[in-house]
Formats: sequence, C-alpha cells, structure tokens
Amino acid sequence: MSSDSSRHIWTIAKRELNGYFNSPVAYVFIVIFLLLNGFFTFMLGRFFEIGEASLAMPFFSWHPWIYLFLVPAAGMRLWSEERRVGTLELLLTFPIAAWEAILGKFIASWIFLAVALGLTFPVMLTVGYLGSPDYGAIAAGYLGSFLLAGAYLAVTVMTSALTRNQVISFILSVVICFFLILAGWEPVTNLLVRWAPDSLVSLVASFSVMPHFGNFQRGVVDLRDLLFFVSVMVFSLFGTGVILRGLRGA
Amino acid sequence: MIIVENLVKEFGPKRAVNNVSFTVKRGEILGFLGPNGAGKSTTMRMITGFIPPTSGRVSVGGHDLAEDPIPAKRLIGYLPESAPCYSDMTVHGFLSFAAEMRGMTGRTREEAIQRVVTLCFLEGVLHQSVDTLSKGYRHRTCFAQSIIHDPDVLVLDEPTDGLDPNQKHEVRQIIKRMGEKKAIIFSTHILEEVESVCSRAIIIDRGSVVADGTPAQLKARSETAGQVRLRISGGGADAVKSRLSGLMTAGRVTVQTEGAIVTARIQPRDRVLSGELARAVGEAATQAGWRLEELHTEEGRLDEVFRSITLPDTVKRAA
Repeated sequence: MSSDSSRHIWTIAKRELNGYFNSPVAYVFIVIFLLLNGFFTFMLGRFFEIGEASLAMPFFSWHPWIYLFLVPAAGMRLWSEERRVGTLELLLTFPIAAWEAILGKFIASWIFLAVALGLTFPVMLTVGYLGSPDYGAIAAGYLGSFLLAGAYLAVTVMTSALTRNQVISFILSVVICFFLILAGWEPVTNLLVRWAPDSLVSLVASFSVMPHFGNFQRGVVDLRDLLFFVSVMVFSLFGTGVILRGLRGA
Repeated sequence: MIIVENLVKEFGPKRAVNNVSFTVKRGEILGFLGPNGAGKSTTMRMITGFIPPTSGRVSVGGHDLAEDPIPAKRLIGYLPESAPCYSDMTVHGFLSFAAEMRGMTGRTREEAIQRVVTLCFLEGVLHQSVDTLSKGYRHRTCFAQSIIHDPDVLVLDEPTDGLDPNQKHEVRQIIKRMGEKKAIIFSTHILEEVESVCSRAIIIDRGSVVADGTPAQLKARSETAGQVRLRISGGGADAVKSRLSGLMTAGRVTVQTEGAIVTARIQPRDRVLSGELARAVGEAATQAGWRLEELHTEEGRLDEVFRSITLPDTVKRAA
C-alpha cells in the first residue's frame, strides 16, 4: 500500500470518526451498548450465580445478539447518507480510489465499535476481583468479539451502499447478520437435513459465525476461525466496491 | 485541457448523452446550455469521472479518465449540481477535509483554506456547522471546495443556482477572473450569464450538441439579429414605410405608431449587410427631415436562439 493510499484512508477514517464523536449518536450508542452488556451479563447471564471466574458464558455469549442490532445501527449511514445527500459525487471525484474510501469508512466504524467494546473493561475487572480468571481466554474472547463486530460491520457497509435509505440498509443488514447467526443453529440445520444432501447442509452451516465465535469465546484462537471472519470482511467490502461501481455505471 | 470525444451514456434503453464531442483549451470558459434533462449534468459527471461513459472518451490534461483516472482527477475541481456538503462538519472542517483529500497538509492546507475563504466570502461562517448555513453559503462552501487546490480544470454544474443577484454577480466575476488561466466548463440556464462570462457556448438538447460557438455567433442565429430599429417623430407611418422599403439593403419593414412617434423595424435583405442597413436608414431619415429618437441594430437574442433550437418541433409549430 502506497503512502498516498494510507493517507487517503486515514483522512476519510478521521472524518468519519469525527462524525461519530461530534454527534450524540456515538454517546447514545455506547451507553446503550454498555447497558445491554451489563443487563445481559449480570441479570440474564447470572454472572454471580454461576460462580465461575470466566466471561465466556455470561458475557461474550450475548455479543452475537447485541451486535445483531447495534452494529447495523452504527454502520447503516456510512454509504446511504453519502448517496442521499449527494456527497458521494464529491467523494468519488476526489483523486482517490474507491477502495480507499470503502476501507477508510470501514476502519473508522470498526475503531468506534472497538472503543465501545473496550469500555466494557469493568466486567473484566469485576471477574478479576472476584476470582482468578484465565486472562488469555478473556483476551481471545475480546479478539473474537472484535472480529465478530467487524464481520457484521462489513455486511452493513455493503447493505448501506445498496440504498440511499438508512432504514432499508439497517433491515437488510440485520437480516443478513441474523442468517449468519442461524445458519449453523441446530433447528435450522435440522430443517435442511431432512431433504438436502449433507454437503449442502454443511455448506450452509459453515456460513455461521457461531462455531467460529464459539471457539474464541472458549479462549481458543484458531487460524481457521480468524480466516473465516477476515474472509467475511473481505468479501463484503469487495462487494461494496462492486455495488458502488454498478451504481455509477447504471 | 479537456477533450471529449463521441461521448455516449445510456441508462437502460434511454440515451441520455448522444455522441457529444468538444474541446476546451486553457483560458477558455465554456458555457453549457440546455433545457432540464438535456444531459448537461450527465456529461459533466462523465468528465469528472463520477460515472463511466457507455462509449466514447474523455481526457483531461492528457490523462484518459477511464485508464488513468487519478492524475486526471487531480487536475479537476468539481462543483456538483446540488452543491453537496458534509452537513455534520464546520465550513473549516469541510474545506480542510477537501484540502487533505487533495494531498495538502499543514501550512499549505491552511493557506489554501484562507485563500478560498476570502475568495468566496466565507469568513463569517468559517466555524459554523454546514447544516446551519443558508443555501447561498452552502453553495459557496462547495464552490470553495472545488477551487481549493487551484485546479487547472474547473467543472461547475450550475454554479450560480440559488444565489441572490449580488452573489451571482460575485461568482461570475470569480469565474471570469479564473478563466484567464484555467479551462472552465460551467452549465447554467441563465442566458445572460453566458453572454457576460463565457468565451464559448454549447447548447445541448436531448443528449446532442445542437449549437457550438461564441455567444456572438450564437446570437447571430437569432431571427431578430441584424434587424434595425428606428424611432422618429415628424413623419407619417405610411411615408416612413414606403421610404424605408425603397432602400436597396432593406427587406421587410414593419411600422408602428404611438402618438407622434413612429417605430419601424427593418429586416435586412442580407444579413451580412446589416451595418450598412443602419447607415442607409439613418441617411434616409436625415434626408426626409425626420427627428431621430433612436436608431440601433439588434444583435439578436440568445434566449430566442435557445428557444428556437431546443423546443420540440411540435411546440415550435404551435407557437
């Protein structure tokens, strides 16, 4: 990557990040994210009753569901707003490549999500205070959660390029991410098992984020799981590029 | 600087731009005229590389927009039609972003911002958020963005749209001044703007170029171009008509009376001789002893040319 490219990416990312933190959206988002995390961990997750110095079940296991709604909400305006206001025309006539803009926006949102995730650190302090947890496993959980957020976010980036309407972008993204959760869930695979060949069942199931996230959640960092999340991101961002090009060509 | 060759853009079955070709040299200001939906904005979007053409070629400063877009885009400043701005930024933030996208940092960037802010009269709103600005200010902010890197090529889609008359005048003056060193294309549907600013004008209708020339050349295509108008007192309408019809160079003469004043419109027999016609009419009036109130040769009117070229045939017949 040339220094020009990284400068362009960073300029765009900086603009988006300022956009987040200069508006109330960021703070509302972070507060809700933290409240939901607290509620799920301590109330539904029965953190105290389990009596186990681990974050795997009470904390990380809720993240696929919390992200399901919050990540699309954080990313839905990335491209749809550019399209609606017409700034897309400005952005894409600057002397930069489209992929630099796509990556810049993605990175900015991912940093924002990372900040929100980072602010859950009191949970880790709590578990450290009450017992002696495996900090390696917690780190793996955070890494998995960060990658999961990135995968959802990349999907949202793609759906937001599809439409100038943020609500549509949000809904599409939730549906796709929901599929990514459910694909490997037994009731869903059981539906398929009845009539589909095994290869199709395992193909559909392999799209699921759950087993991959599950490994991280348990503290296992496997290259294959890493690769899965990275490929979801690459695929979605590449798809965004194709959509943006198609948009201008049509 | 700008070479456009056989540009075609199709949206589905509809051909929005049909075989448009022209060139703009440094120091030229090209006015882009046409009714709404004629393909002006689409053409400009292809020149700036926002949308690719279906066929044809655009090159800017020797760089082909399809093959070598980034160096070409570096040379271009672009004001899109609706003057879009990032509404969550301040004017300074927005201009700073535009400058950084153009590769300017630090001192260079601040100096560039200072320059365009002065040029576009934005000092008063520099630290105001864009979404609190009035339309005129927002428009000038986007215009400022387009000239922040002092580009060799400027593409302006309706740069005076939504401005008040003073602001319109200012923007025209800026464009005119910059036109001495740059190649500028701007679209408008204000015809007086073309006359006062452009060195050349193109009229585009239903996707095709239908006229291309200097404003004076275009005006000469008007029906009234070369017509001589005479207002006198001290002569009767019939006398005026017969005397003027007798002139060698005169064509059809129409006469109107209003109190003691007689107004005559003399069509030249041959357009080339229009200067002589005015002289002959003047001499005839002196010889007849009429008191001259007014004598002048019509240059023709751009709006007439525009209408006669761009109205659909059916409407023309009815008119």
